[in-house]
Parts: sequence; C-alpha cells; structure tokens
Amino acid sequence: MSKGVLVDTTRCIGCRSCQIACKAWHDLEARYKPSNGTYTSPEKLSADCYTLIEFFDKKTGDQPSWKFVKEQCLHCQDPACASACPVGALKKTPEGPVIYDQWLCIGCRYCMLACPFQIPKYEWDTTNPWVQKCNFCASRVASDMAPACVKACPMDVMYFDDYDKIAQEAERRINNFPGKYVNHIYGFREAGGTSWMYIADRPFRKLGFNTDVSDKPYPALTWKPSLSKILWEEAGLLAVLGGILYLRNRRNHEEGKK
Amino acid sequence: MNGKGSEHYRFFTLRTWILLGLAVFGAIVALYRLAVGLGPATNLSDSTPWGLWIAFDVTTGVALAAGGFTVTFAAYVANWDKFKPIARAATLTAFLGYLLVVFGVFLDIGKPFAIWHPIFFWQPGSVMFEIVICISLYTLVLFLEFLPWLLNRLNVLTGVRDFLEKRSVLFTLVILGIMLSYGHQSSLGGLFLITPAKLHPLWYTQFIHHLFFLSAVCVGLSMVSCETIVSANMRNKEHETGILDGLARGTSIALLVYFLFRIGDLAIKGNLGAMFEGSLQSGLFLVEMGVGVVIPMLLLASKSIRASIPALLASHGMVIFGVVLNRFNVVFLTESNMGAAAYFPSWQEFAITVGLVSAGLFLYKLIVTYLPIFTPAEQKT
Ligand code: SF4
Repeated sequence: MSKGVLVDTTRCIGCRSCQIACKAWHDLEARYKPSNGTYTSPEKLSADCYTLIEFFDKKTGDQPSWKFVKEQCLHCQDPACASACPVGALKKTPEGPVIYDQWLCIGCRYCMLACPFQIPKYEWDTTNPWVQKCNFCASRVASDMAPACVKACPMDVMYFDDYDKIAQEAERRINNFPGKYVNHIYGFREAGGTSWMYIADRPFRKLGFNTDVSDKPYPALTWKPSLSKILWEEAGLLAVLGGILYLRNRRNHEEGKK
Repeated sequence: MNGKGSEHYRFFTLRTWILLGLAVFGAIVALYRLAVGLGPATNLSDSTPWGLWIAFDVTTGVALAAGGFTVTFAAYVANWDKFKPIARAATLTAFLGYLLVVFGVFLDIGKPFAIWHPIFFWQPGSVMFEIVICISLYTLVLFLEFLPWLLNRLNVLTGVRDFLEKRSVLFTLVILGIMLSYGHQSSLGGLFLITPAKLHPLWYTQFIHHLFFLSAVCVGLSMVSCETIVSANMRNKEHETGILDGLARGTSIALLVYFLFRIGDLAIKGNLGAMFEGSLQSGLFLVEMGVGVVIPMLLLASKSIRASIPALLASHGMVIFGVVLNRFNVVFLTESNMGAAAYFPSWQEFAITVGLVSAGLFLYKLIVTYLPIFTPAEQKT
C-alpha cells in the first residue's frame, strides 16, 4: 500500500525536532555553522541534511507571524530523477519512498538537474560519492512505521497514512476550517502528484515553494517528444540512408563488377 | 598528393612539445582529481552539479566531432567523389574527439570506475542512458574504421584489416555511425527536455533535441573545413578549393535549416519578442544567433567569400563559436536557476580541459604523420 504524508504548515512551531530525529535515525553528522542572518539552519539541504525547517519572518495583518516550512524530498508518484538516471539507481517503491542504490550510481548527477524541486544532493568531498536525499525512512515505512521526523514532531504537523487518505484529510481540513487555509494542496497535482503534500495559510509561492512546477509527470517530458520516438526515427533514417546509398552507388557498383 | 610526403616534415617541433607538455600536465591533474574527488578538484557544488567538463569536454566536444558522420555521409553514402579525400581525416578527428569525450566523462562522473554500469544496468527511459550507449558504440565504430589504417602500417593481422576494409563492412559501419550519431547528438539536447522551468524559453523547446542535431551538423562541417585548411597549411599543400567550396555551401544550407527551425519554433510559441527584452539571456541569444548563425550563413552563401581562405576560416570560426556558446548557454542558464552560487571553473578544471584538447591535437599530429590519412587510396571504393 502506497503511503504518504500531509504537512500542515500552520501547525509547525519551528522546534526542529524533525531535523534532529532525521540526523539521528540516519546517523548523519551534525555540523555547526554560525548563523548567517537567518534562522534557517543549516541554510540549505545537503548530502548530510535530508530535511530542514525553513524560517519565514511573515506578517498576518499587522502582527508578526513566523512561518516554518519543512523541506525534504516530496517523493513524486512518477519521479523525474528515476527516469533521468541512466542505470536505474533511483526508483519509486510500491510503499511510496523514492530510494537510491549507491552501488548502481555512476555519479553523472543528471538526477540533480532533472529534479524540479532540487532535492538530490551530492557528496562532493569523497572519492566514492553518493547522491543523498530524504528516503522517506523506507525501511521504517516498509514495516508500517511512521518516518523518524513524523514520529518526533510534538505538534502533529505531519499526518502519515495511506496515500489516498492524505489528500482526503487535506481537503477535510481546508473545508472544515474556512478561512484558515488557502485552497491549494501542494503536491496533489504538482509534478503529477507527490507522496508528500502540504497545506498552508498563504499562497505557497510566498513560502518558498516552487510554483512553476508542471502538473504533468516529468518523465513524460523526455519520453514523449524524444525517447519514445527514437527507434522509429532510427528506422526511418536507416531507410533513407539505404535508399540514398543504393541510388548514389548503383553506377559505381556496376562499374566495379566489370 | 602523396602520403609519403607527409613524413618529410619534422614531427617534434616546438608546438608539438608544448602540446605534449600541456597534455602531460593535464594527466597529472587528472590523477589528482581521481585521488581527491570532485570537491577539492573542481568548483562544482549542489547548485552547479555540471560544470566546464560537461559543458565543454562532453557537450561541445561531441558537437565538434560531428564532422565524422557528416563527411562520411557525403563521401560514402551520397558518394560525392569530391569529399572522399577528406573522409579519412574527418573520421580520424571524430575518433580522437570521441576518445577525449569518453575520457572527459570518465573524469567527470563521481564514480569513474563505475563507468561501465550502463552497459549492464539498463534504463531505457533515461536520455542519459541512451547517450552513454550511443557514444560508447559510436566510439567503437570509429575505432573499427580507424583500425585498418593502423594494421596496414604495422602490417599485422592482415585478415582483420581486409575484413574491415571490405566495402560491405565499411558501409555498414558508416551507416551505423550516422544512426548512432543522430541518437546521441540529439539526445544531448534531449537531456534538457526535463528542465522546462529552469531553461530560458529562448532555448527551451520540446524540439531542443532536433536543434542540437542540426547545429551539430553545421559545426561538424565547419570543423572539417577548418581542419582541411589548417592541415593543408601544415603540410604546405595547395588548398583543396573544390572541397572547401562544397563544405562551405553545405554549412550555409545547414545553418539556414537550423535558423528557420529555431526561429520558426520561437514564432509558433509566440516567444520571438523575448529576444529583445534586453536581459542577459536575450543578449546571449542575439550573439549566438547573430554571430554564430546569421552572419556566417550569409557570408558562406557568397561565392567570393567561399573563394578566400581567410574569409572561410573566419566564417567557420563564427559557426564554431556559436555552437560552443549555445552549449554553454543551455547548460549554465539551466543551472543559473538552481540556486544562487555563481560558478567559475577551478584551475584544475581548466588544466584538464586544456590537457585533453592538447592530447587530441598531439595524437592527431602523430597519426597523420605516420599513417596514410591524407592518402586518397580508398578512392577506389
Ligand atoms: S548521479 Fe547516480 S543516481 Fe543520479 S542520475 Fe546519475 S547515476 Fe543516477
């Protein structure tokens, strides 16, 4: 059964328990970096940071109101990275997580370019580098346990359940609390649908979300205009080349026989 | 036109030593890159996962080596006698070009020693997979086209040589080469089909793979023209005006097709106006299309220009510049939308790129000196 997570950004208090839980569960090194004028820390996802809380200093009416947005891989239903990878190192599992196989990977980094959300990160400083990103705690999810971050959250920001129930729950909340949320479930349509979805009290563009993302699944972008046709094009090319070769070389051939 | 004549000049001139020196230096830096990994050796980062090596050594290198399949098409498939004398040189350049590309890929990927994985772990839904397979096979094809000349010289394995020189085998290789070239030349553009929101609309189109193929044809012809001119100079030979005229006309026509396709596509999407919006991108586009396409297209269409060697060199040089700029624009404009960090290649990246090019030129010189590349012996076809 495919799983999903609904992130209700209005509930988050920015305590970063999820960040810590993620580091702990995946045994990732925590690095100390001095603040750089922002409370988001570290500032960006990286090979040893699969998830982070982005801090937004916003206003509601004339009152200051901080907004906190959890960032991690959205686990597309039909992921761009998986279609981009030449060796199938990234794939979508039936349970929902998009996982990575470091033994297959050649390190071409096309997945990093292909991802519409800029999620895959690279271990630049080793001689055997891996691509790193949130793996939806695939081993936990496979045995029906909630991901580490979900488990750690004190505010119940994340709702982990079957994929179908996620969207229903999002709709239920939007309908039950008129005025509280904007009527947009981020991830319901984005990139053809993602296993993680978000609801928020203001337009997603203002919360740092990429709203230029296409609603269609990304793999079709390379498959439809190019890859699906290539064999036919090659066959056509072969026919044309053969034809030209025959017509243009007929004379010589006859001469050669003499 | 006697091949033996090429052995009269000295092989080790100052220029040859410089090329060798740069190549050796590049090789040392390449060892350093293998020893320390990408991070310390390059300025790549999570917001610029692809840098100079992908943009130049791979994407541009493959385009510049397109002379191989265009000229073999003209010489063998279309049987235009005019192009036969340069077919070997064009094939050799392509072969060396692809060797460098393969080596560039080897150094660029994070796990160089996993470079063989795509041969065993297939993912046919991936453009990258298609490119890797086509490039590997095409390099093999070029090697098989090149091998008989070497065997001939060494006078070994004559059975293999005679087999590879059979008309049916050679023509099969040539046709396979053209098909494989179409496959990966276009797919290098196809890589960017999946980045619609990142690549500027003046470049992004769902036909970008066709545009990459067409521009490769243009630049392939230009590269062969320059090579023909320069090698004639090197060997103190008369310029082959007939061939050069034919190549120039071909380039001009190919540029026209490319121009109409690209502008037509922009017009249909209603994006023509974007080129005058005054942004950095629109400027780059105008330079790319103006200097790289329109001006050389018009110049090469003129008979008097085609008769003048310096004017030919300049026009073909513009085409080459235009395609290099195009490949850089596509790679780096895409990445400029992936994060704030600005990218400028590290000296190691430059050293390896320069080293690869020098190694190519060195090998070229070595091979044309000792193998019958400029002997029009195969004219018998
Ligand atoms: S970097 Fe690795 S995982 Fe990403 S596309 Fe390349 S081979 Fe696949």
